Amino acid sequence: MEYELVIGLETHVELSTATKMFCGCEVTFAAAPNTRCCPVCLGLPGALPTLNQQAVASAVTAGLALHCQINPVSVMERKNYIYPDLAKAYQISQHRHPLCRGGYVTLRSGKRIHLQQLHMEEDAGKLVYEPGRVYIDYNRGGIPLIEIVSLPELSSAEEACEYLETLQRLMRYLGISDCKMQEGSLRCDVNLSVRPVGCAQLGMRTEIKNMNSFSYMRKAIAYEAQRQIALLRSGFAVEQETRRYDVPSGTTRVMRSKENAQDYRYFPEPDLLPVSLPGQWVNALRADLPELPDARAARYEALGVSPAIAQELVRFRAVADYFDAAIRCGASPVFAAKMLIGPYFEAKTGEQEREAFSPCVYPEQLAQVCKKLDTHALSPAQAKAMLGQALRGECTLSQALAGLPEHPPEQGVLEELCRKALRDHGDAVQSYLSGKEKAFQVLVGAVLRAAQGKADPQAVRTLLKQMVDERSFDKNKP
Amino acid sequence: MSIRTMHNGLLKKEFSTVEFARAYLRRAEETRSLNAYIHMTPETALDAATRIDRAIAAGSPLSPLAGIPMQLKDNLSTRNILTTCASRMLGDYVPVYDASVWKTLQSCGAVLLGKGNMDEFAMGSSSETSAYGPVRNPWNERHTPGGSSGGGAAAVAAGAAAYALGSDTGGSVRLPASFCGVVGLKPTYGAVSRYGLLAYASSLDQVGPIAQSVEDAAIVFDEIACADPQDSTCHGKREGCAAGLRHPLKGRRIGIAPEFFHGAEEEIRGAIERTLAEMESHGAELVEIKIPHLQEMLSAYYIIACAEAASNLARYDGIRYGQCSTRGVTREERIRFSRSEGFGAEVKRRILLGNYALSSGYYEQYYGNACALRQRAKEIFSQAFASCDVIACPTCPRTAPALGQGALHPADGYAWDICTVPANLAGLPALSQPCGLSHAGLPLGIQWLGRPFDESTLLNVAWHCEQQANFQMLKQEVSDGV
Ligand SMILES: [Zn+2]
Repeated sequence: MEYELVIGLETHVELSTATKMFCGCEVTFAAAPNTRCCPVCLGLPGALPTLNQQAVASAVTAGLALHCQINPVSVMERKNYIYPDLAKAYQISQHRHPLCRGGYVTLRSGKRIHLQQLHMEEDAGKLVYEPGRVYIDYNRGGIPLIEIVSLPELSSAEEACEYLETLQRLMRYLGISDCKMQEGSLRCDVNLSVRPVGCAQLGMRTEIKNMNSFSYMRKAIAYEAQRQIALLRSGFAVEQETRRYDVPSGTTRVMRSKENAQDYRYFPEPDLLPVSLPGQWVNALRADLPELPDARAARYEALGVSPAIAQELVRFRAVADYFDAAIRCGASPVFAAKMLIGPYFEAKTGEQEREAFSPCVYPEQLAQVCKKLDTHALSPAQAKAMLGQALRGECTLSQALAGLPEHPPEQGVLEELCRKALRDHGDAVQSYLSGKEKAFQVLVGAVLRAAQGKADPQAVRTLLKQMVDERSFDKNKP
Repeated sequence: MSIRTMHNGLLKKEFSTVEFARAYLRRAEETRSLNAYIHMTPETALDAATRIDRAIAAGSPLSPLAGIPMQLKDNLSTRNILTTCASRMLGDYVPVYDASVWKTLQSCGAVLLGKGNMDEFAMGSSSETSAYGPVRNPWNERHTPGGSSGGGAAAVAAGAAAYALGSDTGGSVRLPASFCGVVGLKPTYGAVSRYGLLAYASSLDQVGPIAQSVEDAAIVFDEIACADPQDSTCHGKREGCAAGLRHPLKGRRIGIAPEFFHGAEEEIRGAIERTLAEMESHGAELVEIKIPHLQEMLSAYYIIACAEAASNLARYDGIRYGQCSTRGVTREERIRFSRSEGFGAEVKRRILLGNYALSSGYYEQYYGNACALRQRAKEIFSQAFASCDVIACPTCPRTAPALGQGALHPADGYAWDICTVPANLAGLPALSQPCGLSHAGLPLGIQWLGRPFDESTLLNVAWHCEQQANFQMLKQEVSDGV
């Protein structure tokens, strides 16, 4: 008999708010242990939580982007359980009346994975193990989370990964979370069961807790599916239980059986009022939603960009924003997309490198190169090579273009551009004069931009230095 | 001496704040047998008094509470001052932060004499469940002062504090006020900040004053009533109740619900009837109303209170602060021993009840129904207040029992609360004040319930009642007779 997998994911996303969910403590990653705590997040007797409105706004934004129904009134509840990293012995979460219901995520195949709900809750602290000792770090305790619960509609490890990647990209687009699995700001529990192909009834499921990498998740699903199928094939039943993925052995192990299942004794958190969302406020958040990846990719395709490249462009919001800026400067979409994805991404292979997108070429400059391609002043190969060098920061674009009949601006024009930059960026001048070398780069950048990449950076630097030193620009002030 | 008299005396330099504080500290020492204080804070008191004396000398403007010696119930968080909740569990707990009400009072220049004895974690009606021994009633030391804020009521009645702040979850300010012949005000839920009040039942707890007179209670309430950004459920406003106390009684409608008087001792019923008749002759209008389901409200109260308590008290594991057992090897064993050694029997009983009421399969039957009843109670009172401005009833169906009776039959103790819990369940303001003395020489209490956030009317009516009952004179006769 052939079996099929039925998977549902519970995804936890840490919101990158300035402060914690219920107190004023700063949210930072990797601060010294127990330095971002107060009576509230330490659960000291008598301290009371107050709801962080920024966290609610982020959660609603996520709900809107996931096509959820936003509940005008939702209720925070206490989830009672005892664990040393949980200072109050309860987690403030949502249960009977979550912030959002419904919604869906669309996979590349067009398949929609429907969501059961999206709710807000607080993170717990962290246990730090040392030989013979356990320490508790409460810095993470009280950081806002949203939990996104999917229906059991995923049918393979690949779909599960794609679903999670889609969520990750979306959250980053919305700017509400950095979603770094390795840092724990994106975590996921996998609910998995198997059933004979064609059977409508769901099989008994197990839950694999706390997946913190895509590859472990893939492996855990593969192992667990094979384990359950083997059990059924040899006539045994699958037990409902909570399991964990053991990295060294590549297997899943029992954490808790059904008999030991926790009774969380949920009840409404009496210290917080119900969360009421004025319709106008939700509408304002809806109006503020950025263009989302799917819509953006569709728009790029309509501009003639190939589907594969369009997908690449929208993977990181910074790349897509840059691409849009280049188009606004008159770049041909097809050339610009090729130039960007080709030369730049070939050099930046790591996921993190790509995410920290910081090209050394301005969108205007990219547009210029594209125009030259249009007019055949450059061959695609030439352009690709030059841009590659410049995007990777090996030389400036003007240096790369030096071989071409390109006239740098007249000295008089350049001087005027420098003066304008000094006038426009008074604060940068002040910082530079007070010893901040970096501020000078702001001025150089401004001039290069104004000269549309035709000026020689070294010449600009010399000229600017001279002007600042002599404060000659002051004389021309009205 | 009233707070106003003390304030004027301090301003006119009839006595210094330090002398005054010393006198109260001495009085607290003399009445030590009452066990009204868990620990005294003479240094804190004298420091504050010294500062106030300097401010008086400099002619700085003073709050009416500046330099007035007072007591805080030991479940209010005080920075650098032991806060035990009368429990072994927190026997050595020194908070790192101040409760909002204590912050407010400090900025008023309050002089803290010490922390008040109470029922452990405010769970009880007789102040006998304290790990530091029972509080005794100043009127008769063989009797209970009521609870849970028994230390505050006993201290105020004995002159060992000018006023006290207590907390009232199901009558914990009003019941001891009634048994000790003083005034106790439970404000509307949300009128006074709970930030820093060690929670018993969060949706019912409210901090309130215990004072010698209605005016004193009004002055303290006016100072502590204020919205607090650290307590989402607190959205009160600055009050000016003290200024409106003398507003004429004429036309005020007093609601009387016979249900509240079922089971009340004859002496209590009689004293209240006499008081109300006096008030009627002074222009108040008596209206008969109906408040059904009192018995059910009592049950609902205990379910909600115990459920919240079980959750609120689950954090006390002895790991980060508080009592940590020396027994047990694993973490779980250590926590179990710490809790079983740290908590007293009544606290354990309520934690068990609460966890049971919330457990899966029983939630709807217990907690769900209790919440529905709470909603019903709000409607019942809201209807009643359509035909009256305040409701009069006994604070407790009986006078202060002898010590030791409550501990024998916990459920009997719960029944003492039948007249006080409705105000907590419905979130209403309520006040208890003395209206006579029993043959045994124990105070009899009358209780007033008011509309939400209408402490002003409540205190106004209570002030007139105080004029009629003339309890101060009775008290004087008793002490002269002794
Ligand atoms: Zn905090």
